[in-house]
Amino acid sequence: MSVEFDQKIHQALADPRLQLAIYTATGRLKQHRISSIAPDILPDYQELRTQANAVKKHAIENLDHYLQEFERNVEAHGGKVIYAKDGEEVADFVLSLAKERGAHLIVKSKSMTTEEVDLNERLEHHGLESVETDLGEYILQLAHERPYHIVAPALHYTRYDVANIFEKRLQVPNETVIEKQTAIARSVLREKFLAADIGISGANFLIADSGAVVIIENEGNARLTTSAPRIHIAVAGIEKVIPRAQDLAVFLKLLARSATGQLLSVYTSFLSGPRRPGEIDGPDEFYVVLLDNGRTKLLPDRGKRQSLYCIRCGACLNTCPVYRKIGGHSFPWVYSGPIGAIITPQFKGVAHEPGLPFASSLCGACGEVCPVKIDIPKILLDLRSEVKKSETREKQNRLEKLAFQVFAWVVTHPRIYELAGRIAASLAPGDGSRWISSVTPAMNIGPVRAWLSQRDLPPPPSKSFRQMWRRR
Amino acid sequence: MPQRVSLFVTCIIDQLFPKVGMAMATVLERLGYELDFPENQTCCGQPAFNSGYRAEARIVARHFLDTFESSEMIVVPSGSCTSMITHHFADLFQKDPGMLARVHALEKRVWEFATFLTEVAGVEDVGARLDEVVTFHDGCHALRELGVKSAPRRLLRQVRGLELREMEPAEECCGFGGTFSVKFDEVSGAMARDKIAAIQKTGARTVVSLDSSCLMQIQGALSRAGSDIRTMHLAEVLASH
Amino acid sequence: MARDPILHRIRTALGRSAEQPASDPPPVRLRIPTVPMEARIASMITRIEALAGKAAETADPCGVLAEMLEGKTAVASNAPCLAEWGITSLPGIRSGITDREELRALCATADVGITAADYALADTGSLVMISSPQEARLISLLPPAHIALVPRDRILTGLDELLTVLPDPARVTSSMVLITGPSRTADIEQILVRGVHGPGQIIVWIV
Repeated sequence: MSVEFDQKIHQALADPRLQLAIYTATGRLKQHRISSIAPDILPDYQELRTQANAVKKHAIENLDHYLQEFERNVEAHGGKVIYAKDGEEVADFVLSLAKERGAHLIVKSKSMTTEEVDLNERLEHHGLESVETDLGEYILQLAHERPYHIVAPALHYTRYDVANIFEKRLQVPNETVIEKQTAIARSVLREKFLAADIGISGANFLIADSGAVVIIENEGNARLTTSAPRIHIAVAGIEKVIPRAQDLAVFLKLLARSATGQLLSVYTSFLSGPRRPGEIDGPDEFYVVLLDNGRTKLLPDRGKRQSLYCIRCGACLNTCPVYRKIGGHSFPWVYSGPIGAIITPQFKGVAHEPGLPFASSLCGACGEVCPVKIDIPKILLDLRSEVKKSETREKQNRLEKLAFQVFAWVVTHPRIYELAGRIAASLAPGDGSRWISSVTPAMNIGPVRAWLSQRDLPPPPSKSFRQMWRRR
Repeated sequence: MPQRVSLFVTCIIDQLFPKVGMAMATVLERLGYELDFPENQTCCGQPAFNSGYRAEARIVARHFLDTFESSEMIVVPSGSCTSMITHHFADLFQKDPGMLARVHALEKRVWEFATFLTEVAGVEDVGARLDEVVTFHDGCHALRELGVKSAPRRLLRQVRGLELREMEPAEECCGFGGTFSVKFDEVSGAMARDKIAAIQKTGARTVVSLDSSCLMQIQGALSRAGSDIRTMHLAEVLASH
Repeated sequence: MARDPILHRIRTALGRSAEQPASDPPPVRLRIPTVPMEARIASMITRIEALAGKAAETADPCGVLAEMLEGKTAVASNAPCLAEWGITSLPGIRSGITDREELRALCATADVGITAADYALADTGSLVMISSPQEARLISLLPPAHIALVPRDRILTGLDELLTVLPDPARVTSSMVLITGPSRTADIEQILVRGVHGPGQIIVWIV
C-alpha cells in the first residue's frame, strides 16, 4: 500500500475519540438496518434483494436503451438531458447556463456524484456561490472537508467542532446545543433557498419509462432545492437508471432500510420536468446531467460490472469491521468503505492505491448486507489478482512474488514442505509450551514483526500432524 | 463395510496445531469411519489466492486435485480451507474446461468437519464430555461462504457438561484474514481486541471455533492481553470425554 | 456533445448495436396485501405517531382545525375538499393563491401549512402529495408545521398499491412527494433533531 494510506490508517486508529464516533455511529445504523429487515418485519427481504439485483443487472446490460428512453421521456415533459463525460463538462454546462440566465447563487442538495467531480470547487472558481444545504454537507463545506461516510457525512465531528466552525465561518456566537446549531443552519440556508437562482440536486434513481428523477432525503433541503429556485439541475451517474417507476416498489423498500433502518426516508420526491401548466410552484426549467466520468470503463468486465448496481445506501460501510476502524478519510477517494474499495481501483486504475483491495479480511459481511447483491468480496479478490499482475508487469514487489513462487514450489513437494516445517519449528524461541511474545532482532522482520506487534505467536509443536499420524 | 474418509488436515493444523487433526481423527473413528491420510497433502493454496497470486494458487490447487482425486470423501477441519476448495478452485480454472470439470467433480466430496458430522454422518451426539463454559466464534468463511451456523452449535449442545454462551456482537470477523493480519496488522490487532472483549463479556473460559486460523488470531490476542481464556477447535471439544 | 461518444462506449462495452431493443426485463414485482380500511387507518396513526407526528380521525375537520389554529397564521392549499369542509374560511387562513411569488412569501412567514393529501400509505404512515393547481409544493414544506387532511378512502395499503394505481406519476404531475414524518437530521453526533428544513411538526387528520 502507499505510505499515505498506511499513515491515514494509523492516524485514524490512534484517535480514540474518532474511533468511538465511528463505532457508535455505524453501530447504530447497522442495528437499525437489522431491525428494519427482521423476518417478522420484512419477510420478503431476500426476495426483494434478488429482484433488485435482477432489475439492476437488466438495466446495466441494456444501459444505452434505457438512457435513451429516459432522455425521450424527460424531453416529453419539457426537460432536457445533457450528457457529460467528466466533471469539467458538468461544470461547463452549469456555468454557461448560469451565465445565460444571470444566475449567481446556487443551492445544492446532497450528491456524492457532484462530490466525485468537485463541482462546488469548479463553480466557485468561476465566481458562483454554491451552497450545500444538507446539514452535514453544509458543515463540511464551511470546514473545507470531504464527507466521512456516504450517509452520515459529518460523522467525525462533535458539537464542539460544529460550534467552532459556525463561529468562525458564520460569525455567530459559539453555540454548542445541537438543536440551536440546527436552527442556525436552518435560518441561514432558508435565505439561500429563497434567493437562489439555481438548485442542483443528485438523483437516487433515474426512471426511464417516466422520464423522472427520484430523490430521497430526511431534511427537506432537496425538496427546497428542487422547488424554490427557477432552475433545477439534477446530476446523476449514468448507472442510476432503472426501467420502470413500478420498480421503485422494490428499491424504495430496500434503500432507506439498508441505509438507516427507516421504512422510508422522510421525503421521497418523484420529479419530472419543469412545473406543468397550472401548477403553482416548481421550477421553470429542468435539466438532468448524465455523468460518465469513467463509469463506461466498468461496463466491459462482466464480473465487475455489478459494481455499478450500487444504490449508495452505505450498508456495507456500516457493517465493515475495517471501515469501522479506519473511517472514511483513510480512503483515497470520495467513495469509502467496501464499495469505495472496489470502484476506486476500477475508476482510477489499480495503481492509484494498490493496498485498497487488500484492506479487507474478506469476512464477506458487505456482500451479505448489500441490497442489490453486489458480490463485493469476489470483486476484491479479482482486484487483488489485477494488482499483482500489474506489479509483476512493472517489476514491483518482486520479493513478495518470489516468496509466493517459492511457497507454491514448496507445497507441491511434500518432502521439502515437511523439511521446511521442521526447520521453521526448530528456529522458534521458547520451550514450546507458551505462546511467543518476542523473537530475536534477526527474526523480527516482515510478517513476523507485523504479527508480533499485535499478538503472540503459537509455539511450534514437537511433532507435526503427519509425524504423529505415522506413529499411530 | 465401514465408510472410508480421507483427512485433509490443512497446513496450519499439520504444522502448528496437530492435536486438532488427531482429535478430528479420533471423533471420526469413534463414529466408525475408516481413515486415510494422503501423504502428499500440504496446502489448499488459499494464501496465494487471497494475496492475488493466481498462477501460484493454480499450481497448488492442481497438486491438491492430484492428491485427493481418488478419495471418496474428504473431511477438513477448517471452514476457510473447505471454501477455498469448494468455492474458489473453480475461479482458478475458468479458462481450463478440463481442470474445471475435475474441480466440480471433487467439490462435492469435500466436507467441512462439523457439516460432515451433522449431514453425512447424521449425528449430533458424538459421546463427548467437557465441563466448561464456552463461547463459539463463527469464522467468516464457514459462516458466509459455507452457510455453517447451527451445525457446530447442535454438536456442542450434545456435549455433556458443556454450557454454550453466545457472544455479543456476534458474527464479527476476528481480524485474521490471512495476509491481512500482517499487511494491515494494526487494524487486524484492533479487530482482535474487539473480539476478545466480546469473548470476555460472556464469562466463558474457552473459545471454540472450527477454524484454527481464527483461533490462532484470537489466542494470540488473548495471550498478549495476559488472559487465561483458552481456545479449542471444535474437534478437540468433540474428542473430549 | 458528449452524448454520442458515451452511448457508443456503452454499446461497445455491452456488445449491443444502436437501436437494438432491450432484452426482456424481469417482470415488475408488486404485492398488494388485503387490508381492511379500519386496519389501514390504525396503521396510519401508529406509524405517524412512531415518527413523532400526530394523527387521528375526525368527522369534524373544520372544528378540530379551528381549535388548532387559534392565534396562528396559516396557508391552505386549493384542494376543493378544504373549501367544502369550511377550512378555508377559518380566521387566519389564507387560501386560493395561484401566484408563485405570493405563495412563497406567505409560506415563508406562515406558522402552519394546510393541505389535503392525494393519497396516504398505511404501512409506512406516508402522505402522498401531488403537485397540481390544487396543491402547491411549498405549502407542505416551508411553514414549520404541516397539517394534512386525508380523506379516508384515499388511504392505500402501501407503495405497491400506489404504483399500481399510479404506474407513472409523471403523466399527471411534475412532482409527487411521499412525506413520511417530520423533517429530521442526525448529522451532528447522531443526535436526532426535527424540523431542519421541512416542517418539524406533522399533524394528520383522517376524515
